[in-house]
Amino acid sequence: MTMTSSETKSDRISGTRLGYRFNIIGMVGLSVILLWVLIAIFAPLIIPYPVGEIVDLDYFGPMSRDFWLGSDYLGRDMLSRILMGARYTVGISLAAVTIACFSGVMLGMIAAVAGGWLDTVLSRFLDALSSIPSKLFGLVIVAAVGSSIPVLILTLSVIYIPGAYRFARALAVNINAMDFITVARIRGESTLYLIRSEILPNIVGPVLADLGIRFVFIVLLLSGLSFLGLGVQPPYADWGALVRENIGGLPFGAPAVMAPSFAIASLTISVNLLIDNLPKKIRDRSE
Amino acid sequence: MNNRVLSLVLSRLLIALITLVIVSFAVFFATTLLPGDTATILLGQAATPEAVEGLRKAMHLDDPAIFRFLRWIVGLLQGDLGTSYANEMPVADLIGGRFINTLQLAGVTALFSVPIALTLGITAAMLRGSLYDRAVTVLTIGVISVPEFMIATSAVLIFAVYLKWLPALSFANEVTSLTDLLRIYAMPVITLTFVISAQMIRMTRAAVIETLNTPYVEMALLKGASRPRIVFRHALPNALGPIVNAVALSLSYLLGGVIIVETIFNYPGIAKLMVDAVATRDLPLIQSCAMIFCLGYLLLITAADIIAILSNPRLR
Repeated sequence: MTMTSSETKSDRISGTRLGYRFNIIGMVGLSVILLWVLIAIFAPLIIPYPVGEIVDLDYFGPMSRDFWLGSDYLGRDMLSRILMGARYTVGISLAAVTIACFSGVMLGMIAAVAGGWLDTVLSRFLDALSSIPSKLFGLVIVAAVGSSIPVLILTLSVIYIPGAYRFARALAVNINAMDFITVARIRGESTLYLIRSEILPNIVGPVLADLGIRFVFIVLLLSGLSFLGLGVQPPYADWGALVRENIGGLPFGAPAVMAPSFAIASLTISVNLLIDNLPKKIRDRSE
Repeated sequence: MNNRVLSLVLSRLLIALITLVIVSFAVFFATTLLPGDTATILLGQAATPEAVEGLRKAMHLDDPAIFRFLRWIVGLLQGDLGTSYANEMPVADLIGGRFINTLQLAGVTALFSVPIALTLGITAAMLRGSLYDRAVTVLTIGVISVPEFMIATSAVLIFAVYLKWLPALSFANEVTSLTDLLRIYAMPVITLTFVISAQMIRMTRAAVIETLNTPYVEMALLKGASRPRIVFRHALPNALGPIVNAVALSLSYLLGGVIIVETIFNYPGIAKLMVDAVATRDLPLIQSCAMIFCLGYLLLITAADIIAILSNPRLR
């Protein structure tokens, strides 16, 4: 069952392997995403200055040849901090979206195949969860258990499980009504077999597209929480936290305030562009 | 109105009620997960064991969680929101004025964003595929895929730093004239309007396009009706239900938006109160604020569903 997540990654990264064609806009989106992933992995090797070190005499310095994105409220190099911040934003969001989609899709398929009271109870409960606004949910959990990276990952994934569940269940219910499922049932196959070999292969395309959209939501929520000071805690800083700590530079129009926001926007808009321009074959398979 | 519609509406209301119970359950138990003993936290490290024991009894902390939950719910229903840990004031007093501030902010935002969003959404759907439509679509996707605080900081940069038209921060308690009022509300309202409108434009556009794709609209086209006539006479009346549904759903995004906007602009509303309460771990205050937000959210999405049911001509 680890298959879902491993397939997820390899498909996203090498979409052309299966013979699909991307258009130009989709390719641009994909390249920006890949760039940020590479930066997240190799950040410590490419940052021009150590992240914690005060290197500029001026605080909220402007963009210059030495400091490409200016300096922050203590005079630390902004470019280095953003490059390192990619690790937290991309890493936490990727972990959370993997957990959320894996659990949501599994539960959705189980509910669709099993039906009956299990389906009703699960659907009702998860619907109720999804009627708590996501930011509020985050606030309440952080208030209760405090903020650490594992707690953040779990909270973010719990918040987005209901959405993934509802999406996967709707798709799986359609597949479940098909003849080959009835045949498989008559053959006496187990629920596990039905889920793994009959349903999953037929919903994997749209589920991957959904995963991308959910990734955007998670990045935005994580940034929002960090901006409120409830997400990633110092000394670490993701992009939302970088905006928060430099918000004092806003009246001077310091680049330190807007640069991390642009980093977030470049990532989320790229994912949206990629999803919108996915080949029809992947996106609309079971609509 | 017949029995089928009535029963659908009633079942939707029942679902909302059940959801509310589950939500309050979730909010209560999430906040009681807090590590450490509330009585010890309140009295500090130096408290004698007897004092802690006394306070535990007085606060009913030794009761099973389910009883505390029931007591809390009954209190809520009677209008007793509990006492704040941080400053010993009744939560109801803390919330009262700020709740009105938030409602004002939300109301003014709705007043601006609904007409703007409907106009843009409907015209974009009418001119589908045109340059105008594409510009609107790109703009809305752009606004939806960036965090709310980016829109807020951009608004401050543009209107307060470069153009110097407006103050960067807002305080609702220093209003002396109409221009003051305008200046104070302007920035939060501009930010929220952007956030809400983007959602609303997308949903309105989708709803109108769906109606334009129906056979009776094609029929109207074939009999030679003009474009405005097709849209306003044939399509819009049928799209009204989905559009109102879209408006109610988009307004529920206000809740996420106000949390960021009130924080960044220092607006004395209930969301700011809650974020501050999280920082001080003031549980009764957090619980009450969370319940108010969930209730508002639930009201809006239930209203959206009921409007969708009522406006469906097949059920009439």
